Amino acid sequence: MSNFFEKSDVSRKEAESIISDTLQKCDDGELYLENSKSESILLDDNKIKNSSYNSDLGFGFRAISDEVVAYSHSNEISKNSLKQSSENLKSTLKSVKGTYNHEIPKSNKKYYDNINPIEQKSLNEKIKILNDVNDYLRSKGDKVKQVTANFLGEQKSVEIIRSGGETLSDVRPLVRFNVSVMVEKDGRKETGVYGVGGRQSYDSYLKDENWKSVCDEALRIASVNLESKPAPAGEMKVVLGPGWPAILIHEAVGHGLEGDFNRKKTSAFHNLMGQKVASEGVTIIDDGTIDNRRGSLTIDDEGTPTEKTVLIENGILKNFMQDRLNARLMKSRSTGSGRRENYRHIVLPRMRNTMMLSGKQTQEEMIKAVDKGIFAVSFGGGQVDITSGKFVFNCTEAYEIVNGKIGSPIKGATLIGDGPSILKEVSMVGNDMMMDPGIGTCGKAGQGVPVGVAQPSILINKMTVGGTKL
Amino acid sequence: MVKDQEFLETKASYCLGLAKKLGATDSSVIVKNSISETVNFRNKKLDESNRSDDLGLSITTYIGKKKSSISSSNLLNDNLNILIEKCIETTKNTPEDEFNSLPDRDLFAKEVKDLNLYDETHIENNQKIDYLKKLEAAASNDKKIVNTESSFTQNKSNFVLANSEGFCDGYKTSSFTASSVTVAKDEKSMERDYEYSSKCFLKDLDDADELGNLAANQTIRKLSPKKIGSEKIAIIFDKRIAKGVLSTFASAISSSAISRGTSFLKDKVNQKIFSDKINVFDKPDMLKGLGSRNFDSEGVKTDTLKLVDQGILKHYLIDTYNGKKLNLKSNGRCGGTSNLYFENGNISFKDLLNSNSKSLYITETIGHGSNIVTGDYSVGATGFLIENGEFKYPINEITIAGNFKDMFQNITLANDLEFKYATNSPTMLIEEMVVAGK
Repeated sequence: MSNFFEKSDVSRKEAESIISDTLQKCDDGELYLENSKSESILLDDNKIKNSSYNSDLGFGFRAISDEVVAYSHSNEISKNSLKQSSENLKSTLKSVKGTYNHEIPKSNKKYYDNINPIEQKSLNEKIKILNDVNDYLRSKGDKVKQVTANFLGEQKSVEIIRSGGETLSDVRPLVRFNVSVMVEKDGRKETGVYGVGGRQSYDSYLKDENWKSVCDEALRIASVNLESKPAPAGEMKVVLGPGWPAILIHEAVGHGLEGDFNRKKTSAFHNLMGQKVASEGVTIIDDGTIDNRRGSLTIDDEGTPTEKTVLIENGILKNFMQDRLNARLMKSRSTGSGRRENYRHIVLPRMRNTMMLSGKQTQEEMIKAVDKGIFAVSFGGGQVDITSGKFVFNCTEAYEIVNGKIGSPIKGATLIGDGPSILKEVSMVGNDMMMDPGIGTCGKAGQGVPVGVAQPSILINKMTVGGTKL
Repeated sequence: MVKDQEFLETKASYCLGLAKKLGATDSSVIVKNSISETVNFRNKKLDESNRSDDLGLSITTYIGKKKSSISSSNLLNDNLNILIEKCIETTKNTPEDEFNSLPDRDLFAKEVKDLNLYDETHIENNQKIDYLKKLEAAASNDKKIVNTESSFTQNKSNFVLANSEGFCDGYKTSSFTASSVTVAKDEKSMERDYEYSSKCFLKDLDDADELGNLAANQTIRKLSPKKIGSEKIAIIFDKRIAKGVLSTFASAISSSAISRGTSFLKDKVNQKIFSDKINVFDKPDMLKGLGSRNFDSEGVKTDTLKLVDQGILKHYLIDTYNGKKLNLKSNGRCGGTSNLYFENGNISFKDLLNSNSKSLYITETIGHGSNIVTGDYSVGATGFLIENGEFKYPINEITIAGNFKDMFQNITLANDLEFKYATNSPTMLIEEMVVAGK
């Protein structure tokens, strides 16, 4: 654990007294300290293109009165800069007074080990694996024209000090290994991307040459796309494969169930609590407590232990995801969903691992039930307009379905749907729930945080497919 | 106050000196300080204030053709000593790459012109609040507006870029940004839209009333949208969407995409890629320009480039590394374009709307649907149906798709260019795109 005050001219005790003094007339707030170390090693175009290391240290000081949030951050953990931040917060909040609301549930559970993945493997070992990845993929034939592979590793230590000196801390490891391959045949180029990661050591993903399966998957997707035909355009049935396609759930309903958008009534879901928002059999949870997953957190960035939050149960809307601010204003409780990218940013209610649970049907039954439609296996990114509820995501591997059979692969196309109604169009829920491989980053208000998703295969009765073939 | 040049230069030269002492044959460093102060309003009330003071440093060390880099926000010499030592160690262990090097000496920027990028004016939070009160009053005038969120940010930055070839320069920049996001509601729908203004100088910022009114009107007109059928139709991109087409073009001609062979515009220099009348400029020396700069992120001088001349591609965007790989000289585009724009077309906005009996006017797209390897394009969209030059009704939940290779050849531009962002386009018409709807 980092001792944030060791090399500073301000002692822990002095810091605590500045915090208590600043927050005494506020509803909430805290000092958030962060020390992160991260590395990135990139192989591209047959060479190690980049090896970089980042060390980041800073604090974010937050004071909240009623609905008003004042925030100030700095790189310098010093008496002067803490006092300057304190003055800045007080100046914004001078006209408001609140009562201090203070209660953080206790938990001893931890969902990952206190390790520094960067130091667990030498640079030379990492470079060797990247070179092996390059050689392995390029040995698969002339059609492989470009290989990019990279390691991202991070250790982030955080500490939250509340008024009165209550202190909560967490050390979070995170790694990711990614492979992208471009293939060319008869002048046509296509790319395939695959990756793995989570909150554990690189070796959990890379021992015994199991990196080969990541390469094989990237190459398989690229090769499938070489044979792809133009995608159809229009409304049709869509079967989604298990695992990563759950970013549909993340975009279509996840964001709309975050507390802030509902408190502000800008989410299409804000007045639907307790109502049926999905087909029977659809249950969606947001879970921060799964061991070593990319979206898991022992405590959130306000110090609240994370939990398994049921969002939609058997079609009925049950809970929103809350941080402390929105929970207080909505007379609810924090679900341990308060997150921030780093100390430069304010806390927002965010997703962790968002999962649709398994039902009873098989993927085969779903394919058989479709006369004309598409089968989407993998996606690139997605996006949602919270207010209108419209969301999109981009297929990176998809096939047409004709008369109950999987046909040719189709080119990357955008799918568009309506968040509040899409889950009512789910007519079959598969028995094959799968987690994604650990690669997701969610963006909101300019802040990126690592997240996970999971789902079984599902059949959606009607979605608009944005291809070029009418 | 942002750190002055002297402070940044002292840190930079400390790093260069230490790197040399520890065995670097070359090195470059950038030290940057950026202070932002933001006030946010929601529904006519103060919602958030945010002050951020970011100081950071990034150093790249070379040992022969080996290279590595580190960055940190902790600028205490103790910490820098540890990090630079680590960087040198990593450099030694990183394989050689024959194209790694600092820019050629004759390409460094020699004179740094005052491009009018820094406004000394400091706007206090209570002045920001006054502006936002006015803005929010205008934005929430109509009772169909049910939520408003507005923001005012002042940013002051300073930086120094230095390297072991003796280049050492930097300058201050400022920006003042106001934005308003409004939500409107009727029985059938809830819609959101926005307006935004960002300028180097406070006095150039859009009037608060005007900004609020625009945000509200743009939102209200989207209410009760319809979904249309799937068909081939002419698409008109609003300026804020049209600039995205230009950004995709810029990624596709970046020397890294070209040298890696991952761009649909590889080997297209001196070929016609746009329709005849299209000219594209990248002009770094515009006074008060939001993308203006004196040199690129390697210190290389930047001249104005006519990237596309009468539809013909003339240049890639070249940095030192990829330039060496492609056997081309850097044209000072490490870090991308500066003020990138399509030159005005020769028909008016009104005539553009009238050029087809039926077309779609797109005001927002969502999704990451641009593939620069294949040129394929497919995004979700909202906008309006245009018939005989008139806005008929709002539409949503559609996608538009095509391929940039075809789209570029079918572009017609209006004559309404303005410099609102760093990348700008007049309103853009593209004939024959596929819309998927019902």
